Amino acid sequence: MAQNIRLMQGNEAIAEGALLAGCNFMAGYPITPSSEVIEILSSRLVRIGGVCIQMEDEIAALGAVLGASLAGAKALTASSGPGISLKQEHIGYASMCEIPCVIINVMRGGPSTGLPTLPAQSDIMQARWGTHGDHAIIAITPSSVNESFYETIRAFNLALKYRTPVMILTDEIIGHMREKVVIPEKKDVEIIDTALPDIPPEEYKPYNFKSGKVTPLAPMGEGYRYHVTGLIHSETGFPSQKIDIIQDAQKWLYDKIYKNIKDIEKFEEFLTGDAEILVVAYGSTSRSARQAISMAREDGIKAGMFRPITIWPFPDEQVSRLAKRAKKILVPEMNMGQVILEVERNACGSYVRGLNVVNGEPITPDMIYASIKEISSL
Amino acid sequence: MEKTKFDYEKYLRKNTLPHIWCPGCGDGIILKSLIRAIHKNGYAKDDVVIASGIGCASRLPGYVDFNTIHTTHGRALTFSIGIKMFKPRLKVITISGDGDALAIGGNHFIHAARRNIDITLIVFNNYTYGMTGGQASPTQPKGSFSTTTPFGSIDQPFDVCALAQAAGATWVGRSTSYHAVQLEKFISEAMNHKGFSVLDIITNCHISYGRRNKMKSPAEMIKYQKERAVNVRAAENLAPEAMEGKFKTGVLYNKKDAPEFSEEYYRVLESVKAK
Repeated sequence: MAQNIRLMQGNEAIAEGALLAGCNFMAGYPITPSSEVIEILSSRLVRIGGVCIQMEDEIAALGAVLGASLAGAKALTASSGPGISLKQEHIGYASMCEIPCVIINVMRGGPSTGLPTLPAQSDIMQARWGTHGDHAIIAITPSSVNESFYETIRAFNLALKYRTPVMILTDEIIGHMREKVVIPEKKDVEIIDTALPDIPPEEYKPYNFKSGKVTPLAPMGEGYRYHVTGLIHSETGFPSQKIDIIQDAQKWLYDKIYKNIKDIEKFEEFLTGDAEILVVAYGSTSRSARQAISMAREDGIKAGMFRPITIWPFPDEQVSRLAKRAKKILVPEMNMGQVILEVERNACGSYVRGLNVVNGEPITPDMIYASIKEISSL
Repeated sequence: MEKTKFDYEKYLRKNTLPHIWCPGCGDGIILKSLIRAIHKNGYAKDDVVIASGIGCASRLPGYVDFNTIHTTHGRALTFSIGIKMFKPRLKVITISGDGDALAIGGNHFIHAARRNIDITLIVFNNYTYGMTGGQASPTQPKGSFSTTTPFGSIDQPFDVCALAQAAGATWVGRSTSYHAVQLEKFISEAMNHKGFSVLDIITNCHISYGRRNKMKSPAEMIKYQKERAVNVRAAENLAPEAMEGKFKTGVLYNKKDAPEFSEEYYRVLESVKAK
C-alpha cells in the first residue's frame, strides 16, 4: 500500500496531527516560535468547518479554548515562553475544573522575552508547577517532526480521557525543522471523541473523586445543566468548604493522573540492556544523545539512552529500574538542570551528572560524547 | 391591585441557597430581574449559558439553573467567546463586577465590544471591590473613599457605557438596582439584541463602599441611585453642570444590523466551503 508521506515542519505536524485527532477549535495569539500553528489552522480549520480565532492576548486564547471545550469542542492553543507564563492562570482553571485542552509550548530561551528565535528546554518545571496550587498535569516531549504529529493526536486523547490540560513541549529546533511524516489513515489511529454521558441529565454529576473513573464532560447546551467553578467544589460542581470534600477534591487531581501512569507514560530505550552509562535525554537533545551513544559504543563504552516521551508524570519507576544497573547517569538538557532533579530522585545511589547548555545553541553529539567519555573514566 | 406572583423557584438552584450576598445588597434585585427577563424572552434553560468572573456579582451563576460557569477574574468574556463561536445557537450572558469587567478584564471588555459578538454583558457596578473588603475600583467616583484610597480617589473613573460604545458595542444601556422594573426590560432588550450588548447597572454595596462614603444603609444607597439617575431623554435638556455627580440611565446606544462576529465567521466559512 502506498504510504502518504509528507515533508513538513514541526509546527505544521502539530497542526496536522491536531486536525487528524478531530481538533475543531483553536484560539491563539502570535508568538515566535509557535506562530505557524495558528497560521496553518487559520486556514485549515475554516476549510473543514472548525473555528480558529486570534484573541486579544494569551490569557484570552486559553479562556476561549476552555469555553469551547466546555461546549464540546476539541480545542487547542499554541504559544511559547512569555505566552505560556500568561496562560498559567487558565492552565490552573483547566486543571481545577477538569476541562480537556491541548497546549502547545514551542520552547524558547527565557526568562522574560529571552531568546525568541532560539531553542531551550527550560520550561520543563514550569509545565509541571507553573500554575499555583497542587495539581497534576500531563506533558509530552516529542523529539522529531513525525513524533510531534503522533504525540499531538495522543495529547488530544489523553486530554479527553483524563479531563486535563495536556502540554506538548517541543522547542524551536523541532518546531522549525523539516522532516518526513508518515500520515496514517484516520481509521488506523486511535481517536477518543467527545461524547454525551451514558446516563440521563438528572443523574449526571460533573465530577467523581472516588471511583477512580473520570466522569465524561457533558458538552454544554445538550441538556446536561451543571455548574463549573474554579473554587474547590464537590462532585456536584458546586463550591464546598467541607474539609473532607476539599481533601478528596485535591487528592483526585493527583490520583487521576498518577494512578494511571502506566496508561499515560511513554518512553523509548536505546541500547539500555547492558548500559553502564545511562543518558537520560528528551526532545531535540535526545537526537544528539543517540548519536553520542553510538560514538561511545564504537569506543567500547556501554552507554544507552532512556528517552521520556511523556515527561509529566515523570517515569520514576523506569528511571530507577535503569539507574540500579547503570551506576552512572548523564542528563544533557538545554537548561540549568531541570529533569536532572527528577533523575536524582530516582538514581538509587548512582552517580548523576548534568550537561547544561543555555546559550541558545543545540547540545551537539560531540559534547555529549565528551561527557560520556569523561564519566566513563571516573 | 392584584399581586402578580412570579415563580422564581423554577429557575433557582435551591440547594445552593442561601446566597453569599450581604443583607441589603443590590445584587439580589438584579438576579431576580435577570430571571424575569430570561423568562420573558422565553429561552429554554438548556440553551442559556451564564459565565461570570470573580467577585460578589460573579457568584450569581451558581444560583441559577442554566449552563453556568464561574470563571477566572476578569476573563469570563473569553470563555463566553469560545462558547458562542463553537455553538452560536446558545444564548450567552456574561456577569461581571466593575473591577472584574473594567480593571483586570478591561482588555477582554474592549475586544469583545470591538468584535460585536452576540453576548450580553451585565456589569454589576457598585464602585468597589466588595468581596475583598472595599478597595478602589475603576468606576469609583473621583474623591470617594476606599481602603486603598483612604484620602479620596484621585483617579478618573471609567464611564462603562461610553467605553463600551467607543469600543464597538452595538447596544449600550444603564440602569440601577433601584429601577427593578426597568432592569428587567433592559436585560430583556439587551439579550434580544444581536451583537455585543452592555448593560451597566449601578448597584449598592453599603458594606464596602457606602460605609466609607456616608451611606451606611442600603436605603441611603438606593436613595443615591434614585437621586443621581437621570433618564437619557431628561438629560438632553439639562445643562452639563446640572449633570454634575449624576449619571444617565436608559438605552444609550442601539445600533441595529451591524455585522455580528459569529455570523460573519460562519459566513466566511460557508463561502470558503463553496469554493
